[in-house]
Amino acid sequence: MIEIKNLSKRFDSLVVLDNVSFEVPEASLVVILGPSGTGKTILLKSIIGLSSVDQGEVVFDGISVQNASKKEIYEIRKNIGFVFQSTALFDSMNVRENIGLPLYEHTTLSSKVIKEKVSKILAIVGMSGKERLYPQSLSGGMKRLIAIGRAFALDPKYIFYDEPTTGLDPVMRDKVVQLIIDLKKNYRKSGIVVTHDLDTAKAVGDEIYMLKKGKIGKLKSIGKEGYG
Amino acid sequence: MNPFSAIADFSTFFFKSIFISWQLNKSKGRIFNQIYYVGIGSLPIIIIIATFVGLVSTIQTSYQLIGAVPRYIVGSSVGRMVMIELGPILTALMISGRCASSMAAEIGTMRVTEQLDALETMAINPYRFLNLPRIVGTFVALPILTVIAEFVALICGAAYAHKFLNIPFNVFNYGLTHFFVTRDFFGGLVKSLFFSIVIAASGCYFGFRVKGGAREVGKAATYAVVTSSILILVLDFLVALVIFG
Repeated sequence: MIEIKNLSKRFDSLVVLDNVSFEVPEASLVVILGPSGTGKTILLKSIIGLSSVDQGEVVFDGISVQNASKKEIYEIRKNIGFVFQSTALFDSMNVRENIGLPLYEHTTLSSKVIKEKVSKILAIVGMSGKERLYPQSLSGGMKRLIAIGRAFALDPKYIFYDEPTTGLDPVMRDKVVQLIIDLKKNYRKSGIVVTHDLDTAKAVGDEIYMLKKGKIGKLKSIGKEGYG
Repeated sequence: MNPFSAIADFSTFFFKSIFISWQLNKSKGRIFNQIYYVGIGSLPIIIIIATFVGLVSTIQTSYQLIGAVPRYIVGSSVGRMVMIELGPILTALMISGRCASSMAAEIGTMRVTEQLDALETMAINPYRFLNLPRIVGTFVALPILTVIAEFVALICGAAYAHKFLNIPFNVFNYGLTHFFVTRDFFGGLVKSLFFSIVIAASGCYFGFRVKGGAREVGKAATYAVVTSSILILVLDFLVALVIFG
C-alpha cells in the first residue's frame, strides 16, 4: 500500500500541493483528476522521490521515501513502473533495448531470456514484431504502449501513469485504457493514474480524487460538475 | 554562480560520476561504445590534423634553424615539439570540439525529454549509466589518439623534410632519436590523460545542467567546448610546470 500524508509543495508564492493526503490500496488504481497545470505530474514525481516536497511523507509498504537513503529509494523504485506523459523512451535504443534495459540492469538474466521476456511483454501490450524499431519511427500511441511495456518489464507492484491517454485518437485511447485495466486485473498492478480526461478516469479508476489549487478531494461520482 | 562555486560544483559532479559502484559487467558495453565513438570515430580527423601539424612544424623549424645549426636538429626540434605540446594539445582541442559538444547535446536532450528522469524511476543511476562510460571511454581513447597523431605528424614531417628540405630520413631520424627523452613522450601522454577527463566531464556536466529546451541544449554544447578548451590550456600549463618546469 502507498500512503501519501500531508504533502505540500510551493514554488515561491504558488501553492502546488497543499496538505495532499490519500492512499493507494493493494490491487487498485487511484485516479488523480484535474485540469492541466494543477500539479498532477509534480504530485506523481513527488511520490516517487523525483521531486522534493516542502513537507509531508510518502510511505511505500511501510518505508518512508523522505527518510530513505538513495539506495533504499532505488529499491523502492524497482517496485514501481513509471509511464511518462512524454513516454521518455530512449531514442538511441530500439524497442527491445528500451524494454529490456531494466531487466538488463536489475536482473542476472541472460540476453536470450531477456529477449524472450521482451517478446512476451510486447505481446501483452499488443506490439509484437516491433522489437527492432526505434522510437522515432513509432506513432504517439505506439510509444505510449511501449512505455507501458517498459514500466511493466520488472514486474513491479505499482505502475504510475502520467496522462496515459492525452493526445491519442479514440481507438488508441481505448487500447491504452484497456491495457491499464488488463494489467490491474490480470497482473494485480496497483497504481496511480494522473489524467484530465474524465472518460479515462471513469474507465480505469477504483477511486477518483480531484486535485485543484493544491487541494485534493475524493469524488463519489464524475459528471460535468467534476471540474466545478 | 561565482567561480569558486562553479569549481566546487564541477568537482562534485566529477567525483559523483567516478566514485560510484562501477558495475563493470553492466557498463562495459557502453564503455566500449564510447571508446569506439571517441577513438575510432575521431581517427580520420585526427590524422588530417596531425598531417598538417607535422608539415607546418617542419617548415617552421627549418625556416628558423637551417643554416644556423646542423640539419638533424630539425628532427630533434620537430619531435620534441610534437610530443610535448602540439600532439597532445591539438588532439585534445579537436576531441573537445567533436566529443564534448556531442556529449553535452546528447545528455542535454535526454534531460529535456525526461529520459534522465526515466533512468531515475527505473532505479538506474544516471551518473553511472551516462557519465562513467564517457569519462572512462575518453580516458582510454585520447592517449591512443595522441600517440597516433604524434606518429603521423612525425612521419609527415620527416617525409616533407626529405622531399623539400634536403634532409634525408636517416638524418631526421638521427635528430629525433638521438635527443629523445622518455620524459617528453610520457609528459605528453600525462597531459592527454588530464585533458581526457576535462573533455568528458565538461560534456557530461553541461548536459546534466540543461534546463529548458532546444536553445539551452545548444548553449550547453557551446559551454562544454569553451570550458573544456580553456581547462585544457590551463592544465597544459600546470602539467608543463610540474613535468618540464
